[in-house]
Amino acid sequence: MTDTKTTAPDGAAPRAAKREPEPNEILTLREVLGRDLSGVPVLLLFVLILSLASDTFLTGVNLDNLGRQVSIYAIIALGQLLVILTAGIDLSVGSVVGLSGVIVAQAVFDATSTAGVIPGLVLALLAGAAAGAINGVLVAVFRMPPFIVTLGMLGIARGLTLLYTGGRTIQPLPAPFAEIAGGEFLGVANLIWLTVLVLGVTAFALRRTLWGRYVYAVGSNAESARLAGVPVRGVLISVYTLSGLLAALGGILLASRLGNGVPTAGTGYELQAIAACVIGGASLFGARGTALGALVGALIVGLLNNGGTLLGIDPFWLQTAIGLLILLAVALDLLQGRRFRTRAT
Amino acid sequence: MAPVLELRGIDKSFGPVQVLHDVNFSAQAGEVTALVGDNGAGKSTLVKCAGGIYPIDAGQFYFDGKPVQVNGPRDAAELGIEIVYQDLALCDNLDIVQNMFLGRERKRGLVLDEDSMEKLAEETLASLSVRTVKSIRQLVSSLSGGQRQTVAIAKAVLWNSKVVILDEPTAALGVAQTSQVLELVRRLADNGLAVVLISHNMNDVFAVSDRIAALYLGRMAAQVKTADVTHAQVVELITSGRSGELGLHNGSGVAS
Repeated sequence: MTDTKTTAPDGAAPRAAKREPEPNEILTLREVLGRDLSGVPVLLLFVLILSLASDTFLTGVNLDNLGRQVSIYAIIALGQLLVILTAGIDLSVGSVVGLSGVIVAQAVFDATSTAGVIPGLVLALLAGAAAGAINGVLVAVFRMPPFIVTLGMLGIARGLTLLYTGGRTIQPLPAPFAEIAGGEFLGVANLIWLTVLVLGVTAFALRRTLWGRYVYAVGSNAESARLAGVPVRGVLISVYTLSGLLAALGGILLASRLGNGVPTAGTGYELQAIAACVIGGASLFGARGTALGALVGALIVGLLNNGGTLLGIDPFWLQTAIGLLILLAVALDLLQGRRFRTRAT
Repeated sequence: MAPVLELRGIDKSFGPVQVLHDVNFSAQAGEVTALVGDNGAGKSTLVKCAGGIYPIDAGQFYFDGKPVQVNGPRDAAELGIEIVYQDLALCDNLDIVQNMFLGRERKRGLVLDEDSMEKLAEETLASLSVRTVKSIRQLVSSLSGGQRQTVAIAKAVLWNSKVVILDEPTAALGVAQTSQVLELVRRLADNGLAVVLISHNMNDVFAVSDRIAALYLGRMAAQVKTADVTHAQVVELITSGRSGELGLHNGSGVAS
């Protein structure tokens, strides 16, 4: 055995005792930024390039616009992250966005007063949470593969959305409803405030609470977690339910932003959310990834789209670029993991 | 002195197959009791009965000389019986402290009390004279096999346990790591714990144990002091259930 360095038994500065770099070794970005935040330098690089290449990028109007665009993706990605951390995947979030969007749109359309909208909001959130809970029960209790379960829910939720609306768009919606997403508070868009709130709560729950610890434990080794007394089923059901709930929140915000209830809204959002998580450092094998990482990932995807538009880049190429970025993120992750392991043995 | 853990007359069947027949087994504080036997002799089943994972069909369970009921893993854990499984049951992506406290985290209000968990983990490792890990905030995935075993054992010791059962702790280890783990096993007993060591390796058994319990086809062939038997006798007990005066005494080993 080669590692015989000790943590001093008197407990002197255990944090300082973290691995010191060997003289011939260059610090990797990951070690500078902490685990799972490899997306930050990429994000900064994009911001730098766009600031130099475009005069309009660093304007308040554009940043506000960018924030609003990214917000909905980010909220959905944070829900997706919870599922991915348990080594699962939630393909149904895009359809849940559509379902909750039309439920709230119909409620707003039918409402005669402002207060009449509230049951619609609650119902939309409940529908999302219910779809998630069904996913969670099928995965946790019936041990069905998450990919198949949520693929089924993708079809069911989208189908119900189309049935509910008869395939037609629900519009026009009254202006006050658009204020939810369109309004601002202290000069910053409500959407951005909401995203920051969801990010803060998720990050806190994952890092500091028992539930967060259990999410990582289940993703790391569900059987070991079970033997140690972790309520694995409960944790799994909770993450799928929260993913559904956050997707429903995203759906409400999207309907408010668009000012109508489109039955096809949210199509493909599940892939955007997964992309954001992976680019932000999450591993589909579970237990790797952070809330901040998911936000960074969503911002990178958003920046690519926004910057591409500003610079007049062909959107077809942008789609290709996002695909490449996902592969690059995964390759980088594997490479770092491999180097880490070879060093350790 | 009464043994810390004593099982008397344990029977256990899975469906039509009777795996344990009238097994007696005891473990003393401050001693390493090696549990040996061929594959399928019932070692793991016996240990799982002791840990409350399998309910027993018949027999009595004594702890510190008093009869107790063990109806599940929680009862066993409350008595202070901890099992370290062969596959270790650690989470790779959690660090050492997180693994040691998994399932029994300390909280301060809503949040996890990281400082106190870190301190207690450090004290436990120090009390076992573990010097092989660099930082207790290291991920378990970065540890060697011996270090993982150390963490798993430390996890079992953390809870003021009285009986620690180790299922083949050295099976997957190299020579140097094996001796490290055996030293740790010895230290646990020297600290006053009753240690039960399941092993196939006679060298390990003779290196570290005070007593040897040999199972043969679901029956306890003999439970003897290590000093009183030879290597060859133990091998005979394992392979045929008897050795001279020791062991089962009606030929095939089928009790009357």
